[in-house]
Amino acid sequence: MSEWTKRHLLDVEELSKEEIEMVLDTARSFKEVSSRDVKKVPALRGKTVVMLFFEPSTRTRTSFELAAKRLSADTINIAVNTSSLSKGETILDTARNVEAMNVDAIVVRHATPGVPQIFAHNLKSSIINAGDGCRSHPTQALLDMFTIKEKLGRLEGLKVGIVGDILHSRVARSNLMGLTKMGAEVTVCGPSTLIPVEIEKLGAKVSYDVDKVIKQSDVMILLRIQKERQKDHFLPSIREYAIEFGVTTERLKQGKKELLIMHPGPMNRGVEISSDVADGEQSLILEQVTNGVAVRMAVLYLVLGAK
Amino acid sequence: MTKIMDSDLVRRAIIRIAHEILEKNKGIAQLCIIGIRTRGVILAARIAKAIKEIEGQAVPVGILDINLYRDDLTLVGSQPIIRETLIDFDLNEQKVVLVDDVLFTGRTIRAALDAIMDFGRPSSIQLAALVDRGHRELPIRADYVGKNIPTALKQNVKVVLSESDNEEDAVYLEENK
Amino acid sequence: MLLIKNAKIVNADGVSDKLQDILIEDGKIVKIGVNLKADGYQSIDVAGKYASPGFIDLHAHFRQPGHEYKETIETGSKAAAKGGYTTVFCMPNTKPPIDNIALVDFVIREGKRVGLVNVYPIGAVTKGQQDEELTDMFEMHKTGCLMLSDDGKSVNNSQVMRMALQYSQMVGVLISEHCEDQLLSKSGVMNEGYFSTLLGMKGDPVVSETTIISRDIELAYYLGCRIHFAHVSTKRSVELIRRAKVDGVKVSAEACPHHFSLSDKEIKSFNTHFKVKPPLRSEVDVEAVKTGLKDGTIDCIATDHAPHSQEEKELDFDQAPSGMVGLETAFALGVTELVSKGVLTLTQLIDKMSASPARIVGLDKKGKIAEGMDADITIFDADKEWEVIAKDFASKSKNSPFIGKKLKGLVIATICNGKQTYA
Repeated sequence: MSEWTKRHLLDVEELSKEEIEMVLDTARSFKEVSSRDVKKVPALRGKTVVMLFFEPSTRTRTSFELAAKRLSADTINIAVNTSSLSKGETILDTARNVEAMNVDAIVVRHATPGVPQIFAHNLKSSIINAGDGCRSHPTQALLDMFTIKEKLGRLEGLKVGIVGDILHSRVARSNLMGLTKMGAEVTVCGPSTLIPVEIEKLGAKVSYDVDKVIKQSDVMILLRIQKERQKDHFLPSIREYAIEFGVTTERLKQGKKELLIMHPGPMNRGVEISSDVADGEQSLILEQVTNGVAVRMAVLYLVLGAK
Repeated sequence: MTKIMDSDLVRRAIIRIAHEILEKNKGIAQLCIIGIRTRGVILAARIAKAIKEIEGQAVPVGILDINLYRDDLTLVGSQPIIRETLIDFDLNEQKVVLVDDVLFTGRTIRAALDAIMDFGRPSSIQLAALVDRGHRELPIRADYVGKNIPTALKQNVKVVLSESDNEEDAVYLEENK
Repeated sequence: MLLIKNAKIVNADGVSDKLQDILIEDGKIVKIGVNLKADGYQSIDVAGKYASPGFIDLHAHFRQPGHEYKETIETGSKAAAKGGYTTVFCMPNTKPPIDNIALVDFVIREGKRVGLVNVYPIGAVTKGQQDEELTDMFEMHKTGCLMLSDDGKSVNNSQVMRMALQYSQMVGVLISEHCEDQLLSKSGVMNEGYFSTLLGMKGDPVVSETTIISRDIELAYYLGCRIHFAHVSTKRSVELIRRAKVDGVKVSAEACPHHFSLSDKEIKSFNTHFKVKPPLRSEVDVEAVKTGLKDGTIDCIATDHAPHSQEEKELDFDQAPSGMVGLETAFALGVTELVSKGVLTLTQLIDKMSASPARIVGLDKKGKIAEGMDADITIFDADKEWEVIAKDFASKSKNSPFIGKKLKGLVIATICNGKQTYA
């Protein structure tokens, strides 16, 4: 693989194994840039990257912004409150207005699946998906894969458990697609009400037993459980979830010593993850954040260079 | 394709450059060598080895990928692949010798100078090239040259090094069509 | 007064073996025969093309009053005539909903003023479609309602539905039920299944439809009432209705062209034109709907013509309204997806689009080309291939998922009440 040809990053599904590897390799070089005193290279000098967020997000937006700035691109943040979108103006209108200011890339987050695709079809800018509804969050999956590969040297043959609200998780979907493509074996685990139908057809194994998943896994990705799920009848209570599915030091004793724990954040300490696990030696949570910038630099660099 | 340097010439050139570096810098104090990817890295390692043989002491060697600093990023087909830059020593107040295989327009060196500046403030930066083929587009010159080769613009200088090319060292002049 | 010459007449019971002429006077078919002479009559020579009874749609949205930016009775009528329809039943989920005789009367009068199709308003089952108080069914029926529906949603309150069925039976008006348990469908925007999982979209499960169908079958069985099921979309629904018919429950059912032509894999395009209620289902369901049409479980084809403006359909998938226009593509989809693929014969398709709906609502002068019947006739070329093009739609809205597709079967002319309404 010597040439990157994709002008957009819309989801993990559209990336080949080689393309994923190329992003990860490029990210390794960019990670070094972030460790310098002068954390900036002129690669995207003169380019404009717009963060167009229709859904609030601090982490992902900051990470993208930092990535763009470290590549010397100019950045603008636009947070669109969808409830204030006047009925007459569609999301496409908003995006076209942004594009009319001659921007080069639009990093978009929206609560509805497919919005980045619609933008890519209708706009000339490069579109990077920073999360579309419960569907896809490609840069999170890429940074998770980068983090695992950096620690364990490979992805192929690893057993990865994803635990939590799989139904509403774009992180779960994108990681499932990416990791299985790279040859890892993924088990999704959570309450039956929060496992989407027919997910086996996407290559996942399903388990309702977190202890079993701990015993078999090399890596576990824990997902945030939102309090609203209780109100919407998905769960009897957050308390019961914590008891049945929460990962604690006690539980981790059943697993391998080298079992790695990841979480895309923000965490609910004491619910899906106990504080001592979150801050413990097996936790990669802060490294994920560090690597997020490098991976997003790689993505911006590659996508903006594609002709 | 004409061979203009064989392996002996290359070997002697490197030893000579090592001597010249030591002579000009009066030894190895504050001296470091940084090779520009890809073949500059190999040459840097060889020069460092020669210096160690002469002085009995090693100099720090770094690797520089200048792609992020290129001025033609928007012109090339797709983004060049970025490889790691590895400079794990402080450049402040150091005498840096940049090493590249062929000195041509000078644009690569311009990018390398910018990159080096981002790492610190060396007391001086010097340039070593195995081949200087002329046709500079920027006010840049080499301090140490293996061989000056007058070329036509349409010609191509090809450097072959055993470490990267699995062939005996050589420098060729090719006619580009 | 009109003479149609050289038509291949196709009725629900077969195709005429020779070309015939149809003589029309005062909106009625007065004579059918070979080489009819009628001096001074306007005559149309259709040169061997098919003439079928005019199509009857038991389920369309003309949006007037209230949403005239999507469609009006006039533009809807034009679309209907272009699609070969001569009779259209309009759903009452307008603004305000058609729940009283003033509004029923308005729709009828406006339909007559436009004069392109027979427009029958469907009255609401409950006042304001609020699922609480029954509408004045006697009065609305006497004013011209042959059907009632709270389409857009179900009559969710089971007690209200029981009373509505019992009362409407006495009145002699048929209730068409939109089957969707809204607590189960919740915020679903597409069929719950593999593709909703793949796409991370909120799913509307098959059971949101089948629980209401089951409930209504039980109510109809218990009360001995008739009920009509709108837009049947799932395999299980077809099975339930088939069983109910075996049990002697007086149910009838319709299916929409999109539910026998498209499956939920289309949502991968994120094109909001594919967003509809009930949602496009799995391929298994699509096949079951076809089987239901073939074996008679599903009695007729209705369009659920649901115009929406471009601005609305340009919203993101979650926000965009459900529905697609259908009047102008229904016949071609029937030919392309059912006749060409051997699911129905041409005469069976004509039955599902004219004779059968006429029977369901009791229009005994419609649904057949025969002497003494209403002169509602559709002339078509069953083999003609054509491409669906947005700007060619007569409807005010162009929200068709079939734009760009090549279909077979083209309506050439439509005659309604003895008058040519499309050519």
